[in-house]
Amino acid sequence: MATVYIPTLLQQAAGGATQLQAHGASVRQVIEDLERLHPGLAGKLTEGGRLRSNIQVAVDGEVSPLGLLEPVSPDSEVHFVTAISGGSSPSLARSR
Amino acid sequence: MSTQPYRVIGTRPIRHDGADKVTGRAIYGADFQMAGLLHGAILRSPHAHARIKSIDTSKAKALEGVKAVITAADLPQTADQIVDLGEGETPLSYIKGNVLAVGKVLYKGHAVAAVAAINVHVAEEAAALIDVQYEVLPGVFTAPDAMKEGAPILHADLKTKEFGKATGQVSNIADHFRHAMGDVAKGFAEATLIIEREFDTATVHQGYIEPHNATVLWNNDGRVHIWCSTQGSFVVRDTTACILDLPVSRVKVTPTEIGGGFGGKIPVYLEPVAAVLSKQTGHPVKIVMSRKDVFEGSGPTPGSHIRVKIGVNAEGRITAADATLAYEAGAYPGAMVGPGAMCVFAAYDIANVTIDGYDVVVNKPSTAAYRAPGATNVAFATETVLDEIAEKLKIDPLELRLKNAAKEGTRRADGPKYRRIGCVEVLEAMKASAHYRSPLSGPNRGRGVAIGYWFNVGLPSSVTISVNADGTVNLVEGSTDIGGTRTSIAMQAAEVLGIRAEDVCPTIVDTDSVGFTGVTGGSRTTFATGWAAFEAAQDVVRQMKERAGKLWEIHADNVTFEAGVFTANADRFTFKELAAKLGQTGGPVVGRGAVNPKGAGGSFSGVIVDVEVDPETGKTTILRFTSIQDAGKAIHPSYVEGQMQGGSAQGIGWALNEEYYMSGEGSMMNSSLLDYRMPTSLDLPMIETIIVEVANPAHPFGVRGVGEANIVPPPGAIANAIYHAAGVRMRRLPMNPPAVMQAIWSKPQ
Repeated sequence: MATVYIPTLLQQAAGGATQLQAHGASVRQVIEDLERLHPGLAGKLTEGGRLRSNIQVAVDGEVSPLGLLEPVSPDSEVHFVTAISGGSSPSLARSR
Repeated sequence: MSTQPYRVIGTRPIRHDGADKVTGRAIYGADFQMAGLLHGAILRSPHAHARIKSIDTSKAKALEGVKAVITAADLPQTADQIVDLGEGETPLSYIKGNVLAVGKVLYKGHAVAAVAAINVHVAEEAAALIDVQYEVLPGVFTAPDAMKEGAPILHADLKTKEFGKATGQVSNIADHFRHAMGDVAKGFAEATLIIEREFDTATVHQGYIEPHNATVLWNNDGRVHIWCSTQGSFVVRDTTACILDLPVSRVKVTPTEIGGGFGGKIPVYLEPVAAVLSKQTGHPVKIVMSRKDVFEGSGPTPGSHIRVKIGVNAEGRITAADATLAYEAGAYPGAMVGPGAMCVFAAYDIANVTIDGYDVVVNKPSTAAYRAPGATNVAFATETVLDEIAEKLKIDPLELRLKNAAKEGTRRADGPKYRRIGCVEVLEAMKASAHYRSPLSGPNRGRGVAIGYWFNVGLPSSVTISVNADGTVNLVEGSTDIGGTRTSIAMQAAEVLGIRAEDVCPTIVDTDSVGFTGVTGGSRTTFATGWAAFEAAQDVVRQMKERAGKLWEIHADNVTFEAGVFTANADRFTFKELAAKLGQTGGPVVGRGAVNPKGAGGSFSGVIVDVEVDPETGKTTILRFTSIQDAGKAIHPSYVEGQMQGGSAQGIGWALNEEYYMSGEGSMMNSSLLDYRMPTSLDLPMIETIIVEVANPAHPFGVRGVGEANIVPPPGAIANAIYHAAGVRMRRLPMNPPAVMQAIWSKPQ
């Protein structure tokens, strides 16, 4: 199972957990498993079938441009982090 | 380290746009002309915070030569929605409201109305005839003041989000978030020395030399064509389409040459206004900001209030760190406090960390990105505290940093672990440098060091490459060239194709003529668009192997390609020889590359600076300055050095001179380049550079973006140097002569 690090903002929705173990071969499936464990958590991470635009997912330390479609392996670390623009548009392409 | 030999990469060819730039032939937005062109002017608010009671445009419309006058009421009235236009989720009403004020003005310089006329003089005269009645409201200009109970409220509908949850509380605090890791209380309990300090940084501007400009034609067929100076033509297209409620396919953006941006030329200010003026008049309309407009009406970088607390044990290992960051977003939410929070301790391996961030609206221009946005503010704080710790522990400041340096596997407070990074290598290069090993003597002189980090980003990029019969290639891209990226991208294609950089002709085209390409920002262009060029060149090689196979009557798999030569058995073609045979083997070869890569690979940067402080005036003179940065692989070392020198110069200005000097009523009192003092070549010594190359394993050539991290450490390093020169710890930017004198006078005798 992948290890999902729960950001401070979402720990209340995750029952106070800082880390959770979740099944899934993709970020989408991992979030579905998180929702099974903690109903309502998926809605904090996704909206309209994609990651909320102020959130990025990092799998094994790399922020993924694929978002929900990013593959996840059983020993992966998954982080949901603040979107960083750096004067750029990280989520423009996926939103339009 | 990056040691792979290359033929083109790592050389220093002359930039492809060099002749146009040095002969003045390059076309910038203000140069743009077309038949029937009208000129626009913007009326801006004289108040920092006021309710608009009425706008009477009748006198302006009656002036001879005026063709149209518009206000926010002339923008399409669409229902408010949350949109994502490149700076995170933002209500469309905030974006539109910044383009032309609705109901209230939120800063001095806020655009209120616009005029199109036969020339700019008539347009300005007409703008002055627009009668706006205001009810002036009290303003608030700093984050700490705006966070106070009872502070004037900018937005009646802005409710604070606290740890991701809506509180329902109307305030100027748009967002409060936290990163936490480990047990901070336990970490501080283990410390033998704890230093806690508070810092303030002033609002500063990117200071690009070319003002914002836009020319727009709303054509009779309903299509909108924009020519403008922008870091991201596709962002302009999408934002303008959204504001004008048009499909993106109806909007085309042609980026003109750009005279600097540094993050400030991503937001849209003029384009929707010029578009509506064009629609109303049937003519193309050009608007060019004055320098005063740029300062007062575009987006500077946030001022901030920062508290940093760091605990260390007797060996100098950091046991805990804690920070609170309050950043001024300006008129609308979206200060770069998120990246600031992710960078404040990013250079160090710390087990126990808490970071709180506040995004706070104030009556100043809506802020925008500026080169590693948010990171310079926090590095000033962290690096100053670390210098104080090193002094108290009697440890060399670079040794202290090396003891705690982040490395592969280090977990940042915001979560992810680093992959291969070059923090240690940068610190070791600093320590081994001739500058650091040189003696510094003389009264009132001191040396300071600091390091900093920026993430860099990937984002989509598209490139096509067409092969010409003479063996040259045309490369089409969508990335605005701010710092020589035509050449750094062309060089990556040339490396794959085995040809000279000069044999690649790069062209930056409009949004209809190339696939989606993200902004030139986030230090991404040489990384991501270069990667797209790599892929497009690989596609060319694949197709040309097929052509060689046809000629030699063998399968393409049996053709090898190395150093620009196709071979099979005893047969060989150079790239040039085979290019001449494309017509007879199937026609044109066009390669394409479209990427959205991860693995941008963050960059660390360091500064060593020697200063002399005049104890009579407080003036700080930079005696020697060395910038050290991990470039992964320097594609064109001159451009890497240029980025390092440019970021350093800006960082020095931020440290010593630059600020929005505000009146008590919220007016910027120094909105000209005469009074907003940026360093010139006369103020600075030659900035020395040391390029460190810790290859980014995710990129085909090992590239890490180099555009931003170099601006992060200068203020902290200079503050530390001033301390070692004058014995005063500076905790406020800018550290100008009055501030230094005040500190000297306040020093205990």
